[in-house]
Amino acid sequence: MTSTLASSLAVEFAYWQTSIFKLAMAFVAVLIPAGGTVYLYLFKMVSFMQSRLGPMEAGPYGSLQLLAEVGKSAQKEDIVPHKADFFVFKAAPYVVLLSTFLLVLVVPFGPDAVFADYDTGIFFALAVSSISVIGILMAGWASASKYSLLGGLRAAGQLIAYELPLVLAVVGVVIQAGTLNMQGIVSAQIDGEIFGWGAIGNPFILTQIVGFFIFMVAVQAELTQVPFDMPIAESELVSGYMTEYSGFRFLMFFIGEFATANIFAFLAAVLFLGGWGIPPFVADLLFADGNYSNWMNLVGPLVMATKMLGLTFIVYWVRFTYPRFREDQLQKFAWKFLIPLALANIAATGLLKVVL
Amino acid sequence: MIGLLAQEAALTDTGEWIANGFFYAMAAVAILGGLKMVTTANVVHAALYLLVVLSAVAGTYVILGAEFVAVTQVLIYLGAIMVLLLFGVMLTRAKLGGEEDLDHEQRWIGALVAAGMLAVMSYSIWEAFDTQKLPGDRTPQLTQQVSDEIFSTYIVPFEALSVLLLAALIGAVVVARRD
Repeated sequence: MTSTLASSLAVEFAYWQTSIFKLAMAFVAVLIPAGGTVYLYLFKMVSFMQSRLGPMEAGPYGSLQLLAEVGKSAQKEDIVPHKADFFVFKAAPYVVLLSTFLLVLVVPFGPDAVFADYDTGIFFALAVSSISVIGILMAGWASASKYSLLGGLRAAGQLIAYELPLVLAVVGVVIQAGTLNMQGIVSAQIDGEIFGWGAIGNPFILTQIVGFFIFMVAVQAELTQVPFDMPIAESELVSGYMTEYSGFRFLMFFIGEFATANIFAFLAAVLFLGGWGIPPFVADLLFADGNYSNWMNLVGPLVMATKMLGLTFIVYWVRFTYPRFREDQLQKFAWKFLIPLALANIAATGLLKVVL
Repeated sequence: MIGLLAQEAALTDTGEWIANGFFYAMAAVAILGGLKMVTTANVVHAALYLLVVLSAVAGTYVILGAEFVAVTQVLIYLGAIMVLLLFGVMLTRAKLGGEEDLDHEQRWIGALVAAGMLAVMSYSIWEAFDTQKLPGDRTPQLTQQVSDEIFSTYIVPFEALSVLLLAALIGAVVVARRD
């Protein structure tokens, strides 16, 4: 039964058919997790943490609130300030979204369920994630507003500072896996062994716990989530670089921010939690008939979604728990603590890689 | 542009057509972006046009099969250098709209130097590759090959570059020190 079902899925498709399918799935992979986590965590979880109910009116248990918000934003007037730089102002949200959609390209959801299996994998992801800074700077400058410009400058300064620990934290994983390729990193964790014991593989969170910590902190800062939200500090800058945006363009910034949170959680799941893989001893029990790779194309996305939800939970938990860093604390934390720690982590990993 | 493409009639299969067509598209984007960059009357616009040029160059690297170099181009030039440049420009002089004093009286000398550069580069590329065409079925070079080459064949230039960058870093610290 299982084998016939799995093999019946192995249909051959033409190149254009897979391309259209991949294009549609890219939107699914970006928008569905974003909508899900925004409702689950941003609307509901924070409400419970603050002893209130959150949205309850739209749909059962307020579950259609997000559609109402999108509809509201879509029908609002698209205002461009009189003195703004028209073209740059309008293009900025697209640049931010472009970075989000390029990021999801290299995330593997199963042995074959991947948009583009680049050899440079994680390096590509880190490179395109920095494009969003350009969009933020464009928005901050083109708005012709002091608040926006200050927000844009703060964002750029912060993202430059936290880009480095983000990249350096990944280097430890890359040294251990011996490859930049995302599928290679996943299989290194599934096939890995801890002192000859391979029942749960070797998820890199065990050996790279320092890297995981640095990565999650840097992600929090890259997303300008709350302890690091100086760029959009609402009490002093109104809304930072987004101040002058309204309607659909504001919604695009919003989607860009929260969808990128999910995709960074996907990346962290691949780098530190074994990606789409399940522990080998479970896989041996379930897929003894040898259809492992076919089944993992179906189960993999669900495994990834589970790990993503767990990691995104941490992001939002921190977001709603800690007060905002001051600008100088924020810079000091990156340059004087995270980067030296990341460098020490790389040195230790390299040393152990050679010794062991 | 179309004339040049028509001259490529010797191209046999579709893969070659696509590779060469994309190369000309990227080259056109880079050239137009470069022209707009030097003619625009706004510093931030010039920086953004430079971004377009650098992205087109990254695209060219992809067509040549140098995936690692292309990604490095995006990470270093687009993600770091251009962001720093925009950051600096916006901190100091970032007027909206055009500026009058962006022109320079030495522009003709600059144009002359640029034309000389173009002539030398075109000549050397023409000499080296002549009528060679981009093959259609190129496999991208693996990162492992790149790293093996850097740490064996090109170890001396690599180390020399590292020392140069270290010197620049120390120089920056010395210049920035207050005492």
